[in-house]
Amino acid sequence: MSDTPASTQAASPAEADAARNRARMAERLRERTEQLSDLAAHISGREEDAVLRTELLRGELTIEVAPASILTFTEFLLSDATSRFSTLVDITAVDYPDREKRFDVVYHFLSMYRNQRLRVRVSIREDEVLSSIIPVHPSANWFEREVFDMFGILFSGHPDLRRILTDYGFRGHPLRKDFPTTGYSEVRYDEALKRVVYEPVNLVQEYRQFDFMSPWEGADYILPGDDKVAADGHVSGAAPAKPAAKG
Amino acid sequence: MDGQFDDALTGEQKIRNFNINFGPQHPAAHGVLRLVLELDGEIVERCDPHIGLLHRGTEKLMESRTYLQNLPYFDRLDYVAPMNQEHAWCLAIEALCGIEVPRRASLIRVLYSEIGRILNHLLNVTTQAMDVGALTPPLWGFEEREKLMVFYERASGARLHAAYFRPGGVHQDLPPELIDDIDTWADEFPAVLADIDGLLTDNRIFKQRNVDIGVVNEQDILDWGFSGVMVRGSGLAWDLRRAQPYECYDEFDFQIPVGTAGDCYDRYLVRMQEMRESLKIIKQAIEKLRVTPGDVLARGKLTPPPRAEMKTSMESLIHHFKLYTEGFHVPAGEVYAAVEAPKGEFGVYLVADGTNKPYRAKLRAPGFLHLQAMDYISKGHQLADVAAIIGTMDVVFGEIDR
Repeated sequence: MSDTPASTQAASPAEADAARNRARMAERLRERTEQLSDLAAHISGREEDAVLRTELLRGELTIEVAPASILTFTEFLLSDATSRFSTLVDITAVDYPDREKRFDVVYHFLSMYRNQRLRVRVSIREDEVLSSIIPVHPSANWFEREVFDMFGILFSGHPDLRRILTDYGFRGHPLRKDFPTTGYSEVRYDEALKRVVYEPVNLVQEYRQFDFMSPWEGADYILPGDDKVAADGHVSGAAPAKPAAKG
Repeated sequence: MDGQFDDALTGEQKIRNFNINFGPQHPAAHGVLRLVLELDGEIVERCDPHIGLLHRGTEKLMESRTYLQNLPYFDRLDYVAPMNQEHAWCLAIEALCGIEVPRRASLIRVLYSEIGRILNHLLNVTTQAMDVGALTPPLWGFEEREKLMVFYERASGARLHAAYFRPGGVHQDLPPELIDDIDTWADEFPAVLADIDGLLTDNRIFKQRNVDIGVVNEQDILDWGFSGVMVRGSGLAWDLRRAQPYECYDEFDFQIPVGTAGDCYDRYLVRMQEMRESLKIIKQAIEKLRVTPGDVLARGKLTPPPRAEMKTSMESLIHHFKLYTEGFHVPAGEVYAAVEAPKGEFGVYLVADGTNKPYRAKLRAPGFLHLQAMDYISKGHQLADVAAIIGTMDVVFGEIDR
């Protein structure tokens, strides 16, 4: 946890090694950050219309892109000589049910030639359709099927947008935040019918979801007659309200 | 009756392609894989893998558990080399929290990651040999795997589901005898490897089944997002341990073996050589561990206090209780942490919202992409080659189905 510089007195060879290691890691992070900030400037310069925002944090570059331009943008990343993001590492989504643009679709790219990584983020509404990037990266096929399966996001131009991980005939999209962890149906082998039967989930006891969040951090107490409450109703320095404890 | 036919077929006849199910229960499928194969005679025309038969909803479950409770799920992804997966999870949390792992813990992690690599390659090389007809290699290989699992057990208490790497270090320190025993094993293992090598490398049947089967070139690697041995077998020296060093891999002296042809046989050779390179790393890690005393956990908010302290200090006791009920909080942010797992790049994309549970965690399994290319690679091969190709792709359904 300490941020002591590498130059502090090294008592043993092991500590000296550790200090050297720390210095090397810091140097590498600095170099990578430098490279990536150049890259960010280059990309946002060339693709002004597509790029909404760039963010460089902890040696990772994130670029937010307009949904309509995702296909052309990935094509640019692949063909452009300074970026050359030739490998698609991952596609996934994150669900924020409270936002108007409910889903973040997140693409990770890797360039084996430049030894750089890039994260591309696209925010879309629930009813919005994203264009498939299979023409650029054939490996996007199963990733997009998975995102469709888990979140219900549709990809236009996908040749075979079937479910991939869930059961044949499954309904719903499990990784949406409003899908219960227990699901809606369960299966068991029926001795009389000699086959597997599907039934609605029947829990013998309620699904136990413990919330151990500390009440000192989670609760939002307002004491009657407290003069130090700020205008917005919050005590200055207090943590934002956490979901109420249950179970 | 002769010469009375009026329905005799002449010229080219129309033959329908034959569809078969390969799996979900098939010994060469390496798990619950269902392949729908369209065959023209014995030639594969189309191959549609149906996955998800082992889907347990790991990512959904992780959203309702604390960071520490989520760690054991990683053992159950690629259950052939469990600790390598845990490593990615720990790296992701450490990156967000800005924790530095003590040096001794870092060395232990490297040591056990390489043991995991040998565990994985032993299983893969020998069972792939079984898929193409050899029975002796798995028997010999599993004997060594057993010894390595005992090392797992002596470090963590579990042969398979170790939960040994923790955010901030490793759970327990290694006793000196264990380090000595791993050292002794590392001296004996090359002889066993040479035996397996002698059984397979020049074996006529093994070569007939593997050479020029499932060839991938550089463009295929990029198109299909390959990583690990699938890349190195084709001559690209891409290894995250070298290219984007994590932990303290950059102070170890090891080579990155590459193939030339990119076929099943080259991938076998690369795996054999990687085991020898892992042995080198193990040897070096042991040397370093012997001269590196110290703690194995970065004591702080992420890790429990030492046991002895808990018996005397009230604060430590409270801290311990809070850590194992509420768990620690990870600052809001997102991070992608990847390790060079034995099968390829295993990554974790973690979105934290500042609470004690991950908001979203995506597990990026190398086998998912490798299996996706099955249709592309197996097209035009014989049905029997499908088993050989699945074997060298090194798929495990724990990580593909999640």
